Amino acid sequence: MKHTISVLVENEFGVLSRVAALFSGRGFNIDSLSVAPTNDETISRMTLVTRGDDQILEQISKQLNKLIDVIKVIDFTDGSGIEREMALVKVTAEDESRAEVLRIVDIFRAKIIDVTPRSYTIEATGSPAKIDAILELLRPLGLKELVRTGPVAIGRGAKGWKGQ
Amino acid sequence: MKMNGARILLECLKKEGVDTVFGYPGGTVINIYDELYSFKEIHHILPRHEQAGVHAADGYARATGRVGVAFATSGPGATNTVTGIATAYMDSIPIVIITGQVPTALIGNDAFQEVDIIGITRPCTKHNFLVRDVKELAGILKKAFYIARSGRPGPVLVDIPKDVQIAQTEFKYPEKVEIRGYKPNLEGHPKQVERAIEMLLDSRKPVVYVGGGVILANAAEELTKLCNMLDVPVTTTLMGLGAYPEDSPNSLRMLGMHGTYYANMAMTNTDVMVAIGARFDDRVTGKLATFAPHAKIIHIDVDPTSIKKNVPVDLPIVGDVKDVLFKMIKEVEAHPDKVKAFKEATREWHEEIAAWKGKHPLTYKHAANVIKPQYVIEKLRELSDSDAIVATDVGQHQMWTAQFFTFTKPRTLLSSGGLGTMGYGLPAAMGAQAAFPKRQVIVVCGDGGFQMNLQEMATLVQNRLPVKIVILNNNFLGMVRQWQELFFDKRYSSTCMEQPIDFIKLAEAFGAKGFQATKTDEVEETIKNGFAYDGPVIMEFKIAREEKVLPMVPAGASLNEMVLNA
Ligand SMILES: Cc1ncc(C[n+]2csc(CCOP(=O)(O)OP(=O)(O)O)c2C)c(N)n1
Ligand SMILES: [Mg+2]
Repeated sequence: MKHTISVLVENEFGVLSRVAALFSGRGFNIDSLSVAPTNDETISRMTLVTRGDDQILEQISKQLNKLIDVIKVIDFTDGSGIEREMALVKVTAEDESRAEVLRIVDIFRAKIIDVTPRSYTIEATGSPAKIDAILELLRPLGLKELVRTGPVAIGRGAKGWKGQ
Repeated sequence: MKMNGARILLECLKKEGVDTVFGYPGGTVINIYDELYSFKEIHHILPRHEQAGVHAADGYARATGRVGVAFATSGPGATNTVTGIATAYMDSIPIVIITGQVPTALIGNDAFQEVDIIGITRPCTKHNFLVRDVKELAGILKKAFYIARSGRPGPVLVDIPKDVQIAQTEFKYPEKVEIRGYKPNLEGHPKQVERAIEMLLDSRKPVVYVGGGVILANAAEELTKLCNMLDVPVTTTLMGLGAYPEDSPNSLRMLGMHGTYYANMAMTNTDVMVAIGARFDDRVTGKLATFAPHAKIIHIDVDPTSIKKNVPVDLPIVGDVKDVLFKMIKEVEAHPDKVKAFKEATREWHEEIAAWKGKHPLTYKHAANVIKPQYVIEKLRELSDSDAIVATDVGQHQMWTAQFFTFTKPRTLLSSGGLGTMGYGLPAAMGAQAAFPKRQVIVVCGDGGFQMNLQEMATLVQNRLPVKIVILNNNFLGMVRQWQELFFDKRYSSTCMEQPIDFIKLAEAFGAKGFQATKTDEVEETIKNGFAYDGPVIMEFKIAREEKVLPMVPAGASLNEMVLNA
């Protein structure tokens, strides 16, 4: 099963490679990974999507916690989190397909961020499922290039990760 | 007071109570060595290879329970430490390794003797640090020692660029450490302890399976007390030897690939297993699918990642083993009636075990004309001091030592378990002897592994470290040869070391002493001569060349599928 996990880490050099090395060294999967500093600039937050059965997920979470630089690990898989992802898509748009692209963009509340006579570049944000859906519609028209950020996730409700 | 980084390093070590460092100089640590020259509180020992320096720090740590310390220069010095670090990591040994690094401004430039030792050692250290500012140095060293010794111990490497060693700052050693991402859980949950004792007292076929964690936690006394109160059978891993006296009637001795028949049978038939500070290594469990098929498992460990990593666990207790055992003893004391009933209910189990012991005791065939290695180990036990420390190298001799020495005290066996590092024994013994100059320190080596760090003979002689070196010489890489005999039709590919070595002359070349035994009736005298000699000594025993370590659970087989005599 897919799991989205947030990892709060010391904003120090080498931390990313510690986390990456843990996954490669123990044969765990990473589907996607995004990292940036938080409102507290001593802390960075990683969101990673991984797969495995319960036993593997338990190990991943424990192994992450064991890293000295890891402050907190949050597993959002139980629906306790909201996930958003962004995609930039360069799609073929010539003659009759130009209108079709615009229609799809409109339906998904995406944006055109660059235009040429033969292409549109689209910015789409939303849940990973929504990104998958728009890509499915755009794919037959001709995808020239695709960049996805991988999801970032945050907990539902009033409380921050520290519980305050 | 303002000091340079090199001096700050030494002051920090002093604050941590470090009395001995094993280190090797070079360009990027020359400033540290210059400070060391007039720093009298730290005794520095110069090994002849950085790998040996780290093994020595490791041996020092295993024998004393304190943090061992090693120094090395950047580049090749640093890479030479890697095997030593990985060895300590696999066995959770607390050591701190200080490496020099090229000046900060040159890092990343492929400078002379630059290597990314932080990157290289990331997967084999508990943590590592690159010091980028002299102002951070004292704080980092405080953290390094704290991380190395607390929770599940392990090696920590601190990489110090040359300019940081030269730069000056005010020295102040922090009183406390606070690492927000590192809070080992030391207190076992009382409710879980209660449940564990309940489960255990309900069992009919209990077994306690003890690993190195009990020794690391200094909990041998508590373990022995608890097991004796309950009168339960106890088996240990290689790393756990000495945690429970092997001469006790309830000892099943070592389990696993070369464990006893009765330990492995007990594991296969138990209904409640209490695993303490052990990690269900594949050399211990054999085939996982058939491992302890009837057992409910209680697993006590300070490291949560050890629990449920290889086997499902019915009752986990995360905590310091000493704390948990203490609580278990209290819990047992509170239920005398149940304990009485438990002893009654487990009588049959004890009989079953006694029958296994009678059927296949740990044994070997004596021979008059050729020395049996097991006999040498038995004689070593008989003739050595009761508090002797025994290091081993890796191979058949290691297993014979584990099987036949009969360990009764914690921290008396130093052996590379997890990594199985040939070349470990001699320098580890050296480290232990440096920590305990007055105790008898013996190392049992194979003829192969001895050659991997034999240069340390010079260090022993120079520092008057009277290590007693036993070489069980089969002129083979015996353990590999055994596998070739059993599983590869005796095709002895590259395991026979044709070139004989005159170990007596070798000892003499280093300024040490050598003795040799070629017949069984020379064994005792050779050991006596070696022990009586005041200084480092080699005792070489020409042993039965194709003797095998038995019993043996072939790799991938179940624990009860032992080869008993082949
Ligand atoms: C550094 C290293 N290289 C290779 C091995 C694989 N290995 C394990 S035991 C062994 C043979 C050891 O021979 P020797 O030291 O003579 O001991 P014996 O088994 O004969 O007692 C070898 C090659 C190892 N464990 N460590
Ligand atoms: Mg040999």
